Amino acid sequence: MSVNVYFDDVRVGDEMPTWSRQTNFMHWNRYAAVNDEFVPFHMDDEDGRKAGNAAGAFGMGNLRYAYLANALRDWIGDEGEIREVGCQYRAINQKNDTLSVVGKVVEKEVVDGENQVRLETNVMNQNGEATCPGHAVVVLPNKR
Amino acid sequence: MATGVDTLISPAMQEAKGQWSEPRLSPPISLSDIRKWAIATYWPETPPPLYWDTDYAAGTRWGGVVAPLDFNPFAWPVKRPRPPAAAAPVEGVRLTGINGGQTDTYGEPMRPGDVISARTRLADFNERQGRFGLMLYTYNEIEWTNQNGEFVRRRIATGIRY
Repeated sequence: MSVNVYFDDVRVGDEMPTWSRQTNFMHWNRYAAVNDEFVPFHMDDEDGRKAGNAAGAFGMGNLRYAYLANALRDWIGDEGEIREVGCQYRAINQKNDTLSVVGKVVEKEVVDGENQVRLETNVMNQNGEATCPGHAVVVLPNKR
Repeated sequence: MATGVDTLISPAMQEAKGQWSEPRLSPPISLSDIRKWAIATYWPETPPPLYWDTDYAAGTRWGGVVAPLDFNPFAWPVKRPRPPAAAAPVEGVRLTGINGGQTDTYGEPMRPGDVISARTRLADFNERQGRFGLMLYTYNEIEWTNQNGEFVRRRIATGIRY
């Protein structure tokens, strides 16, 4: 049993621990292999440039989404639930970017018997750019 | 880039709007699919045991291994090319498509042995002038249920084409 955070202990304004990865072809190719996402502009610099990214190939939005899901899971522990996740891909994930998932609690309330905590989330790059504004709702256990 | 056209919205898109597709089924999810997914998305660190250690997972509230939230049971279809997910934009224009984001609501987790049923509809679309000329935004709704008829996930996915 792994409970990292209880509903009782969460306060509006709290930040979840930052979750980071430096990404490049080693990560993108592994993700392509499981998600069958061999899109040319993720695989090849020339195709990346043709798609309008001067730096070449770029990372998958779906992988950033995975990082967001992983950050939430690692924060809440195995006993929590993730009810909702939403995000927009605003900036490109360039090769060797360090992506850091951040989240801040903006609301907590009991909805239909569930202890729901709402967060504003983002995925920041090493230049401080917000690449992926979004939100999440997680369900946390009570202390007994 | 879309040049020389006034709109990218096709009659097929107008017709498809709001119409649910026939459901399609995923192959059965395997423990190994889940393990590999978790390794890829946690790379280079070790993924949590909830996603691969059956003994550990049995002791959690889930009673066994579950899939990471973002797991895609529809990856690797046998038949290629994949049928288009939704009605195509106007013909004769070469477009680049990118993933604009999504909002997902989750119910039951996916587990080894599950077969997921998906149905899709083109919920809405619009177009506007953007950085790359005329840009088409589509909003596809995708609903997943498991073999017990339980709700798994609803996604509203934004597609951008230019």
